[in-house]
Parts: sequence; C-alpha cells; structure tokens
Amino acid sequence: MDFNDTPEEAAFRAEARAFLKANLPEKKQAGGRERGEEFLKRAKAWQKTKAQGGFAQITWPKAVGGRGGTPMQQVIWNQEESSFAAPTGPFQIGLGMCIPTVIAFGSDEHKKRYVPKALIGEEIWCQLFSEPAAGSDVAGLKTRAVRDGDDWVINGQKVWTTGAQFSDYGILLTRTDPSVPKHKGLTMFIVNMKDPGVEVRPIHQASGGREFNEVYFTDVRIPDSDRLGEVGAGWKVALVTLMNERLAVGGSPGPDYDEIMKFGTEMGLMSDQAFREKLADWYIQAQGYKLTKFRTQTALSRGDTPGPENSIGKILTANQLQDICNSGIELQDHYGLINDEELAPMKAIFQSSFMWAPGLRIAGGTDEILKNIIAERVLGLPQDVRVDKDIAFDQMKSG
Amino acid sequence: MNFDFSEDQKFLGDQARKYLSEQCTTAEVRKVLNDDGMACHESLWNGIAEMGWLGTAIPEEYGGLGLGMLELCVLAEEIGRALAPVPFSSTVYMLAEALKLGGSEAQKQALLPEIAAGKVIGAYASSEGPGAPDLSALKTTFDGSKLNGTKIPVLDGDIATHALVTAAENGGVSLVLVDLNQAGVKRTVVKTLDPTRSHAELEFTDVAGERIGEAGQASPLIDKLMDRAAVLIAFEQTGGADRAVEMATDYAKSRYAFGRPIGGYQAIKHKLADGWVKNQVARSNAYYGAWALSTDADELPEAAAAARVAASEAFWFASKENIQTHGGMGFTWEVDCHLFYRRAKLLAVQVGSPKIWKEKLISALENKAAA
Repeated sequence: MDFNDTPEEAAFRAEARAFLKANLPEKKQAGGRERGEEFLKRAKAWQKTKAQGGFAQITWPKAVGGRGGTPMQQVIWNQEESSFAAPTGPFQIGLGMCIPTVIAFGSDEHKKRYVPKALIGEEIWCQLFSEPAAGSDVAGLKTRAVRDGDDWVINGQKVWTTGAQFSDYGILLTRTDPSVPKHKGLTMFIVNMKDPGVEVRPIHQASGGREFNEVYFTDVRIPDSDRLGEVGAGWKVALVTLMNERLAVGGSPGPDYDEIMKFGTEMGLMSDQAFREKLADWYIQAQGYKLTKFRTQTALSRGDTPGPENSIGKILTANQLQDICNSGIELQDHYGLINDEELAPMKAIFQSSFMWAPGLRIAGGTDEILKNIIAERVLGLPQDVRVDKDIAFDQMKSG
Repeated sequence: MNFDFSEDQKFLGDQARKYLSEQCTTAEVRKVLNDDGMACHESLWNGIAEMGWLGTAIPEEYGGLGLGMLELCVLAEEIGRALAPVPFSSTVYMLAEALKLGGSEAQKQALLPEIAAGKVIGAYASSEGPGAPDLSALKTTFDGSKLNGTKIPVLDGDIATHALVTAAENGGVSLVLVDLNQAGVKRTVVKTLDPTRSHAELEFTDVAGERIGEAGQASPLIDKLMDRAAVLIAFEQTGGADRAVEMATDYAKSRYAFGRPIGGYQAIKHKLADGWVKNQVARSNAYYGAWALSTDADELPEAAAAARVAASEAFWFASKENIQTHGGMGFTWEVDCHLFYRRAKLLAVQVGSPKIWKEKLISALENKAAA
C-alpha cells in the first residue's frame, strides 16, 4: 500500500507538469466561478494549446484526435492541471458528454465536421435534455420534433442548460412520437445554437447569479441528416451521454474542513467542544471522499474497472459544503449575514457557497436520484414503481 | 497510486471468509450468547490458532508467521464480519502488539511464541468505572513489584491468562503485565450488552507484575498501542457494518408489504444507500489507517482516530437500521439482527468511545497545524 506513481505514471506526470509549466502561470488561490467574454477567450486559447500538445481528451483514441492514453493518465493530468491557473470549464460538457455521444452515434461526416473543432476549443457544445416538467424524470420531456420532408421542425423549451449562451452546437433530446410510452418516443439531434429560432434566456438563480439558461425552440428546422441514432432510439443515445456525466461529476467547490478550521482558529473557537466535534466529522467525511477517489484511482492504475464506490462523491461533498457554510455563518453570529466580500471574513466564502450549495445537491442528479442509483445498481434493490411505464405519453398525467 | 490490499492479502481475506463462514456461523456465535457457562468459542479459537492467524504479525523469530500489519487488517475485517466470539483483539491487538512495541527481549521471548501457538490469552484492563479512564489519576497502583486495585469491565478478563493493566506509579502511568493465574487475582464475570464476548471485573491484591516500558512513563506507549488497536478494530467494525447492510438488503428484497418488496420503497432504499455510503467512508478511512499502521507513519494518530470514528458510526448506523428494516422480526431473539447491534456497541466503546477519538483527532490536527 502506497500513494506513489508507477514509473510510467511518474514519467507521464513529469511530462504533463513540464507542459503546464511552460504554458500556464501557477495558481495563486482557489479558483472561483469565473465567467465572461475575457475568460472565454482565454479558455479557448488554452484548450487549443492543450490539444496541440496532445493533452486534450487523453483517453480518446488517436483516430478521433485523442492521446490513446489510459484513464489513470487522465486522472494525473487533471490533478496537475488543477494546480495551475488553467481556464477550464466551458469545454467540460461538450468534450465530456456531447462529443462522446456524437462519436458513438454520429455519421463519419459528423465526426469529421464536429470532433476536431470541439477538441481545439473552436466550437463549444451544450446538452439540451432537462425541461421545466422533466428534471429527474428526464424521459418525460415535451419538446416536439415533427417530421417535415427532409427536415424536423422543433418546438419547445429546455432549462438549466449550462453554457447555452456561448455554445455553437448542442445535442437535443426531443419527443418524436407522443403516442407510445415515454422512453420509446424520443429522438436525439444535433442542433445549431445560432439558428434564428433558438432563443437563449439566462435564468435568475436563487443564488442571485445568471449562469444557467432556458433555451426556447420556435420552428427550428433540423435536417434529418443531423439525427443521432434511430428515430425513437433517443433514450438509448441519452444514456450514453448521461453515463459520461456520471464520470465527470465529482466534488463540490467551496470551503471544506481545513478552511473552517482555519476560520475557527482565528475566531478563538478551538476550545469550543461542540465545534471540535463537528470539525472531526467534517475531516472524516472529507477524507472519506478523498481516499475513496484514491481507491478508484488504484483500480484504474492496475488496469481494473473501478467499483461503484466513487458514486458517493457528490452526495457527500454537496451536503458537507452546505453544512460547513451554515456553521461558518452561524459562527459569525449576526455579522454572518453580511455577504459583501470586502466586509465578510475570508472574502465571504461561506456566504457565497451557502447560496450555491442547494443547487449542487440538485445538479447532475439530485441526492434522491443518486441514492436510488446506489440502491438499485449497487445493492440490487427493486426499481421504484413506474406507473407511466406502459402508458402512451399523450395519455399520461403531468404537472 | 496503490491504495488497496495486494492480491495475496485479498486471497488471505477470501480464505479467512470461507473458513469463518463454515466454522463461525451465527448458530455458532449463538452458542456463546445463550450459554452463560461459555465464555468464548473454544474450538473456533483452537482452529484460528492452528491456521496461524494469532501469529500473523508476530516475527518468525518469535514463532509467528512474520507477515505484516496489512495482513492482520485483512483478518480483522473477517473476524468482525463473522462476529467471531473469540479473544482475538485482546490477545493480538493488545497483548502481542504491546509486547512488540515496548516489551523487553525476555518478555517477547517468553510470551510471543505462546501467543502465536494459542496458549496465551490476553486482556487489556484500564477502565475503573463509568467514564473514560483518566490515565493521570488511576486508582490502581503499582509500586515496582506489587499491583493493587480493581478494573471493570475487562474484555476477556475471565478467560485471559495474562493482562495488561494500567496503573499509577511515580505520579505517572505504567503498563503492567500480569500473570492472572496467581493468588491475589480475583475474577468476577460481569454481564454486558454483548454476551458473545465475555467480560470480568479483575481485583488485584498485592499481585506480582512487571512493566512493559518505563515506570510511570507509559503514556506515549499506551497512546500508540491504542492508535494501532483503533485501526485494527476499525476493520472489524467495517466488516460487521458491511454484513449488516447486506443482511438488511437481502431481507428488503424478499419481504413483501403492500404488494411488493419493501426494498422497492424509497424510505428503505435511501436508508440502505446511506448505510452503504457510510460504509465506504469507513472503509476508505480504515485503509488510510492501515497504510499508516503498516508504515509507522507520522500520520497514524489522525488516521487511526478518523478510522475509528468513521467505522464506529458506520457499524452503529448499519446495525440499528438493519433491525428497523427487519421490522418486528428484527426485534426477536431468533433473528440475528441484535447480534450485530450488540457487537457494534462493544466495538464502539472498547478502546474509547467516538467522542474521545474525535477529540484525539482534532488534537492531532492542531499539533500538525502548529508544527
């Protein structure tokens, strides 16, 4: 048992670090939720540099522009990249979820047209699945695609679309046949986000920010040649996308036990027994998350398939973040309400993450859905009752 | 990254599980539970000795197998999983490890081969009443040759051949090794929540003993012994917690209510998912403890404390919700749920309750931050 790289891993790490050092400044502080035009420009430039250096999408085959490397090499790259001030983020959904779906179901034409440009950061992709009436139960979506000659005509609304405001393309899950049960009437398309019938509106989130979007489709025409998978096979295609999402979703950025311990020390709280006990709990959870990732990496390093243990990540970290922020605020008493970065201790990290935490418990699978997944796929317990399973979609109750 | 046991170590674990699933069924555990005259499962103890498990981490020169602490962790998990009613922890994690850590050459030569052969049973005697024992104010005393005082409860105290006794000496604490088969030692069996592991009150009146370590200076040795035991017991707890979640899951699949298996209802599914998550947190922390234990790392105090707290809470949650999932059946003597519930509580307080270990954890982190 040790935490060391194998000689091959160490060589790759050194190569990655040298490349990063030559191309990026070191990180000075923990990264915030950076946004905006300037950031996007830097992110695109960095993605291009990365791709040209052979470090974009390390596990993809060389034939589609990847490195043909191992999952462990991708882990090592991510570790190293995160210690530099790398402007990453805008490509995560496209390269992590959308493009793998295009590679799996698209034509040769699609692959030639879309994959290289996504890889070098020239084109950004978004994922258009969730709808106002279809969140956890995404197969209940209502956006319609109706066949008209060689085209499909799209009408409907998507929601919580990350990056839609700066995306060039999206993968769009639609209902093509409402007369069959919900999973059977879906079809996936590639949509051009610059089409005049596509309207992106920012969502005013409970946190106060406007990072996510609603996307409205009004008589948008998509040629049948931009369909991914068979007509009616959209759910099968979506599962490939979502499988990639689960690989991508990990921790929850924000203050952890070490930040609140530092804060507690500054506040003279280290003699408070109740605070010490909570601190111990937070340390154990944080270690539980970190060390469980080490177990997963060990499996990858040995060339094995990791077990399901990594699925604990988001449940643990999102809830812990919310709990730590709540305590961080209460420790400041009434002053803790102040979320002005100039006035609040530690640049208001507790206050700002306090308002993000509820969203983290919902995004990328709610706590409840993740627990269902553990219960059903790991423990083998029966699925929930699905009363709509065999009912035609247009006969279903919804609200 | 190599944060897992080796193939050989996993093979050892598989073999142990197979052996215990045959020799240590819950029917066998119940023999000890139901028979007040049975302090432990003797034939299982003899079998374990024959398999060489007692000498796993004892060097070959002292009659052991000369394997490492990681191998002992793997076995501890299986012992915990099987709820083995034998004095394994008292003899191996306590007595053998104390001798390895602080014993003189003569003490090691005298006792380690006997432990490996299954001829010596250990006990660790520290508690003197309700509340965690304050090692700086013990009532039990040692004057360099004679031990006086009372310890209660002492796990395996009624069947042990030798005890490690904490005692006040020169204003500090000494760790005294006592042969229990001598005049002046009075043993009285004490009833506890977990009758599958026997307990006793030990009274010492002018009893001969010899120190392990220096007079009045045993505090660092005891801390280290406790840290090491905490990791090993965390593996027992992780094994027990895993099995309790498996048991509840199996039952939830086969028990029908309102026309379908109860495991199809989210109230049950999410509870069991929570248990599984806690078990992963416990296991990962226990692995870190195993790494620190096997490499004698500076991180051992915080690693051991985190493993102990995480595993205590995981086994507590799994064992109580296993009963709950079983409903009324889970509250009967005949269904095995209560065996896990009882054992979970024993293991959670055996070397100090989670509250004590949370405090140790934060102290260790503070020391590290100050260094």
